[in-house]
Amino acid sequence: MYRIVAKKELAPAVKSLTIDAPLVAKNARPGQFIIVRIDEKGERIPLTIAGLDVQQGTITTIFLEVGKTTEQLGRLNEGDAISDLAGPLGNPTEIKNYGRVVCVGGGVGVAPLYLVAKALKDAGNEVISIIGARTKELLIFEDEMQQASDELYIATDDGSKGHHGFVTDVLQELIAKQKIDRVLAVGPTVMMRAVAKVTKNHNIKTVVSLNPLMVDGTGMCGACRVTVGGETKFTCVDGPEFDAHLVDFEELMNRQRTYITEEKVALERCGRCRH
Amino acid sequence: MPSLKKQPMSEQEVDKRIHNFDEVALGYTPEQAITEAKRCLQCTKPSCTQGCPVGIEIPAFIKHIADEDFDGAIKVIKKKNNLPAICGRVCPYENQCEKFCVLGKKGEPAGIGRLERFVADYERKKGARIPEKAGASGKRVAVVGSGPAGLTVAADLAKLGHDVVIYEALHESGGVLMYGIPEFRLPKEVVRAEIEYVKQLGVDIQTNVVIGKTISIDELREEFDAIFIGTGAGLPHFMNIPGENLCGIYSANEFLIRTNLMRAYKFPEYDTPIKVGKRVAVIGAGNVAMDSARVALRLGAEEVRIVYRRSEKEMPARAEETAHAKEEGIKFEFLTNPIRMAGENGWVKQLECIRMKLGEPDESGRRKPIPIEGSEFALDVDTVVVAIGQKPNPLIAKMTKGLRITEKGAVWIDENGKTSMEGVFAGGDITTGTATVIEAMGAGKKAARAIHEYVSR
Ligand SMILES: Cc1cc2nc3c(=O)[nH]c(=O)nc-3n(C[C@H](O)[C@H](O)[C@H](O)COP(=O)(O)OP(=O)(O)OC[C@H]3O[C@@H](n4cnc5c(N)ncnc54)[C@H](O)[C@@H]3O)c2cc1C
Ligand SMILES: Cc1cc2nc3c(=O)[nH]c(=O)nc-3n(C[C@H](O)[C@H](O)[C@H](O)COP(=O)(O)OP(=O)(O)OC[C@H]3O[C@@H](n4cnc5c(N)ncnc54)[C@H](O)[C@@H]3O)c2cc1C
Ligand code: SF4
Ligand code: FES
Repeated sequence: MYRIVAKKELAPAVKSLTIDAPLVAKNARPGQFIIVRIDEKGERIPLTIAGLDVQQGTITTIFLEVGKTTEQLGRLNEGDAISDLAGPLGNPTEIKNYGRVVCVGGGVGVAPLYLVAKALKDAGNEVISIIGARTKELLIFEDEMQQASDELYIATDDGSKGHHGFVTDVLQELIAKQKIDRVLAVGPTVMMRAVAKVTKNHNIKTVVSLNPLMVDGTGMCGACRVTVGGETKFTCVDGPEFDAHLVDFEELMNRQRTYITEEKVALERCGRCRH
Repeated sequence: MPSLKKQPMSEQEVDKRIHNFDEVALGYTPEQAITEAKRCLQCTKPSCTQGCPVGIEIPAFIKHIADEDFDGAIKVIKKKNNLPAICGRVCPYENQCEKFCVLGKKGEPAGIGRLERFVADYERKKGARIPEKAGASGKRVAVVGSGPAGLTVAADLAKLGHDVVIYEALHESGGVLMYGIPEFRLPKEVVRAEIEYVKQLGVDIQTNVVIGKTISIDELREEFDAIFIGTGAGLPHFMNIPGENLCGIYSANEFLIRTNLMRAYKFPEYDTPIKVGKRVAVIGAGNVAMDSARVALRLGAEEVRIVYRRSEKEMPARAEETAHAKEEGIKFEFLTNPIRMAGENGWVKQLECIRMKLGEPDESGRRKPIPIEGSEFALDVDTVVVAIGQKPNPLIAKMTKGLRITEKGAVWIDENGKTSMEGVFAGGDITTGTATVIEAMGAGKKAARAIHEYVSR
């Protein structure tokens, strides 16, 4: 069992859990993820590592409640425990001094991006970050990102804070102003696809962190397969980060929808068992 | 004169069993077991034993059954085999012990596999006894992977007094026994009971630990006197044909992991879903393909086809499994090779195939299938399961410098199960590619002896 040592609500339906997992914390690096299973009947779901404390032996994960498992996870409290947690999985983000790097984060993607931005800054990069959300209340990690970046831009779909529009609008302006050596994007697939489109036109190397469906997370099932540069890759072991200009985003989004009907069934059942 | 035929074993009726995941074969009653045991000639130079990869004293355990001494029988088996209830169900005994049985010359061989299963089940129902262990040696051994290879190494070393920790990547131990072979062929309760026995020997099993990620082999070497790698052949092959990443296409591994490990057949009671349409095509004709086809049927498919590029004669599946599949109404498209998967709205709809004919024998000794030009046709499908084999798990190889890997991606070992790294041993599917449960156990036994020698030196 893996004990929850702290819980926070960062925004409506966005929760942060800090979990006791010393073995995972010891070898974890920015960009890696864990697989959790809440109980005997639970599904295995992947969540990115958004924080770690080697001394305390804990890792932090931040998630948006979108369905049965994430809702159930959101109802757990400090002192509760989850049955299974495996990690760190996937390859860490490649951290080097690239020069000027733009980090683009959307929704809950901002949380895991923070560790990456910080590591990039520590490696000597000039880090410019753009974070976005649908509305002001859903923005998370603004202070943290401020600290980890030389410049921070905000975009909201409804204009309640920062730029009124998408993160890609800001990205386009930045590209017009200066030379950018690398772009990293973590967030909803549609956002990453849009970022890839913008940077492709300017030939800027762009890395995205993909989130296909997963089961084992160790390369055994192929549920997480994506097409990158015409080749099939397993996101959990070959990724999760890939060259954005080579990813077949349409295929990824299609595969993410595989269980839409079943997800509704599961969520309804979960809603009922809440009372 | 003993009867020419084996005592038949009762099975769940076909029209019932295709709607449930309960075990198909029901096992012998004590009377049937005794009758079958009495068929054995108790040869003075028994030929059956040479066919057993773990060296069970076959006539000796059969004699105990014939004498109605089931406790005596299980004691003989457990001297060599720590997981008999599993082997008695899934071993291809027709190619092993029973193949060499003299009774097989005139009639059917002795039902060695069925008898093994009978006594193992007898003991499980009674509650397994723990054999004596040697005194603590003070040596520590890490075992990576909890499939039959890892469990065997661990049990044998624990009996010899060593302190053994198994690290398993998944949340449940057992390897393929747990995630691959379906409930109706190998009930998970049986697997859990055998794992419980290994734990009672003092083996510590740590699940959710992915060696190479959570802990590296080098870190393990600092903490343990020896290491055994038994990580299996878990990397699925795909066809690499157009359309293979449409929705509705599964690797056999994903299909079986969802069903067996995650209990998707009990969705929504269990959270993990699986989607099976009316028409299912399973590509491949090994045990894994038969299991996938029979799972698809039980998940509600109306028509399940095996699509195989060679002919019936070359099928690698066990005869018993093919017979079960046929009884259950699985259809077979032999000499047929898929060339493309076509979809609609992102979901697979057709499996485009070409007919094949057999040419000259290839490296495997089987006649090579050759496409017949112009014979393309399409099967209407809603779900496709690709069951054309697995490769050794590459994770540890990738993360461990200095571990020699063969051209086929397997971990290289010498004749004693030693790898190229000092103090690191390996065995089972990770060194051979997909083989059998009993061969993995045989490799585990050999490695356990070598490790015992190594740590006691
Ligand atoms: C490598 C990786 C890292 C991730 N990191 C985070 C994170 O840090 N924070 C976060 O909020 N989310 C993260 N996700 C997504 C998260 O795993 C899903 O939101 C979660 O599985 C949904 O489960 P559910 O039962 O609550 O919802 P469901 O009802 O199962 O699904 C709701 C939606 O989530 C998507 N989804 C469902 N299952 C999975 C799955 N196994 N993998 C990916 N997406 C799925 C579906 O496409 C669906 O649209 C990550 C995904 C991956 C692959
Ligand atoms: C569907 C199916 C049906 C089969 N039917 C039969 C049959 O009827 N009869 C028969 O004899 N054989 C059968 N086989 C073959 C048989 O199951 C295998 O040969 C046998 O299980 C191999 O044992 P193993 O211990 O080498 O590996 P596995 O059983 O594969 O176990 C390896 C274990 O290691 C774990 N692991 C992998 N990587 C790591 C890591 N980095 N860190 C920690 N743990 C790790 C895995 O999660 C797994 O639990 C079948 C196989 C399949 C897939
Ligand atoms: S060869 Fe057959 S008959 Fe002879 S001892 Fe073995 S099982 Fe019995
Ligand atoms: S999640 Fe199973 S292979 Fe990636």
